[in-house]
Amino acid sequence: MSLRTEEFVVNVGPQHPSTHGVFRMRFTLDGEIVKDVEPIFGYLHRGVEKLMEMRTYKQGIPMTDRLDYVSAINNNWPYVLAVEELAGISVPQRAEFMRVIMSEMQRISSHILAVGSQMNDMGSFYTVFMYMFREREKLTDLMEMVTGQRMMYNYMRFGGVSMDFPAEFVPQLKKFIKVFPKYMAEYEDMLYDNEIFLARTKGVGCFKPEDAINISTSGPVLRSTGVDYDLRRDKPYSVYDKFEFDVPVGKNGDVYDRVWVRMEEMKQSVRIIEQALDMMPGGNRFCSKVPVALHIPEGFTYKEIESPRGMLGCYLESDGSDKPYRCHFRAPAFINLTALKTMLVGQKLADAIIIFGSVDLSMGEVDR
Amino acid sequence: MDDAVLVTTIGATPWYENFWVHLAIGAVVAIAFFFFFIVMYIWTERRVIGLFQGRLGPNRVGPLGLIQSVADVIKVMFKEDIVPDKSDKLLFWLAPFMAFVPVMMILAVVPFSENFQIVNLNVGILYVLAVSAISSIGVFMSGYAGNNKYGLIGGMRGLAQFISYEIPLILSLASLVLISNTFSVNGLVQAQTLPNILMMPLAFVVYFVASLAEISRTPFDIVECDSEIVAGFNIEYSSMKFAMLYLVEYGEAVVTSVLVATLFLGGWHGFFIDGPIPLIIKMVLVFLFILWIRATLPRLRVDQSMGFCWKFLLPVALVNLLFTAARMTFFPDLSNWIVIPASFVFTAIVIYLFAGLFKPGRKVAEND
Repeated sequence: MSLRTEEFVVNVGPQHPSTHGVFRMRFTLDGEIVKDVEPIFGYLHRGVEKLMEMRTYKQGIPMTDRLDYVSAINNNWPYVLAVEELAGISVPQRAEFMRVIMSEMQRISSHILAVGSQMNDMGSFYTVFMYMFREREKLTDLMEMVTGQRMMYNYMRFGGVSMDFPAEFVPQLKKFIKVFPKYMAEYEDMLYDNEIFLARTKGVGCFKPEDAINISTSGPVLRSTGVDYDLRRDKPYSVYDKFEFDVPVGKNGDVYDRVWVRMEEMKQSVRIIEQALDMMPGGNRFCSKVPVALHIPEGFTYKEIESPRGMLGCYLESDGSDKPYRCHFRAPAFINLTALKTMLVGQKLADAIIIFGSVDLSMGEVDR
Repeated sequence: MDDAVLVTTIGATPWYENFWVHLAIGAVVAIAFFFFFIVMYIWTERRVIGLFQGRLGPNRVGPLGLIQSVADVIKVMFKEDIVPDKSDKLLFWLAPFMAFVPVMMILAVVPFSENFQIVNLNVGILYVLAVSAISSIGVFMSGYAGNNKYGLIGGMRGLAQFISYEIPLILSLASLVLISNTFSVNGLVQAQTLPNILMMPLAFVVYFVASLAEISRTPFDIVECDSEIVAGFNIEYSSMKFAMLYLVEYGEAVVTSVLVATLFLGGWHGFFIDGPIPLIIKMVLVFLFILWIRATLPRLRVDQSMGFCWKFLLPVALVNLLFTAARMTFFPDLSNWIVIPASFVFTAIVIYLFAGLFKPGRKVAEND
């Protein structure tokens, strides 16, 4: 005798505790096993790209902050790079180093959030999250010192950055850099010594390198599969060619590897900040030749950087006026999310949630 | 002696030994105990988890936030009581009671001191097992009746888990009965001149883990995992019915910690004084241990939880029962000086052997 069974459609989101924003997935379940998943986007669509066409170039910078609100400084960067290239603005060395330092700090704080909320998705009731946020708080304080903001920093400008580091910032940052590896060891104890964490993450949501390249994923999702590609090293922008750092690469492309890659990247970011602080030249934070009303000659460009989520690109086209004709972002989280179906189908519902979390997206960037 | 309180004799005994008077006083005390400790446990949980996570927890309402729970109850009472349109109305109403009442009923056989127990049943252990099993029906009912898919998944998971973990639970208690030669709970306590945790640590481990699953606490909280199925079985409930289901959770925690303290930690036996005070100290310690687990571990996946029960806990419980029976048959009069070290060594060996056989989710090789 066989029982009649039926597939079962469950809607997850847009209001759901672990969809990291307002994302919606329609799961088709066979018991606990995911047979199909249909991602539904667009709940946070604000039309950022269109809005930027109606604003002057400078007014576009705060808009980019609102794309990926977890790593605002990294989002400024490709847009600023694109405008600088089109307008032919050169950036002083000091400003480049400040950009690198702030961006790496932002990368650490973004990865902390990613790993912490990953543990939350796994059901570890906020403990790891709170431990990690203890250090993220210090980072946020440091960045507040420089920019006066805690989330939407609005830090980069065409030809430099908005504020110089205050006098007390560098010693404080050095202190943080010194103690942070100890805290990293603490996190690693909490994660890798935890049998349940290993059982939940190892071999879950495996992702082949071929698939990863075909779907054009990037960032930790790509590197966890074993593809060794990091824009900071392979196509260096700004002053990244001056630093020595490793690109951590996973093996199996499972959730564990994604967490591991993020944890290792935090250590590398610390290394970069250390070197950048040592090498930082004096001088001006801002190129003084930038006109207030910026008119950019006709043309287009595409600039990309390595944001915490992957390759963040900005396509900018100018028609010669003071407003961009078209500004489009290649949002890494959005493209990584298209890999969701490949990773999810055949997994359990409980795993589906943590796989989704391991992509580490922020909906602001996905829906734009 | 055992059946003395069950016999109603009128006239011959003083009024306070009358069965009904005894029952009334006992019921009032037990219910007061039950609700007092539910409220205190909720407060303890929130404060202690807060301390574990480096934050404060509720500290505004009353001294140290002590009457926060009272405020919460008042708030919950004034919420609108929503019954979903397509729910099974009868089951929807019945479920909170089905879940709540049995939990309270267990206290009837718990001895608070040598002479104070509401009913000294000679089959107390069986009563505990039978009554606590009813509560899981209530949980499934509430998941099913609300006509919600999350609720249904939670209810199904819950039922599967309760049924599975009941078996090792019963087997570990059976070994307890074997060495104490009685089914009466008070008899079990009286037999514990040394706490059972020393005499049979393996049974304690099995019982404790299985009862964590029975009350669906971390790492077995797959019934209500808030990151996947939001709140599981109680998702459609509001107002007082929700409050009752919430109380069930803590009521089960109270009852479980009382039972662990009674069955394995010597109950009302104390170092200096016997009676309710050592019992309360022990049960609070047990609860703190449960909280420690909750603050540390993530959640198991549903199939891992099942696998853990059937592949690890059940064989271990069987081995424990077998060895206990063999010991009582062949060496009934062994000195404690031999039994205690031997049983600890035995526990370590058994757990090591079976843990080697069962490792969830280690299909992929280590990558670092």
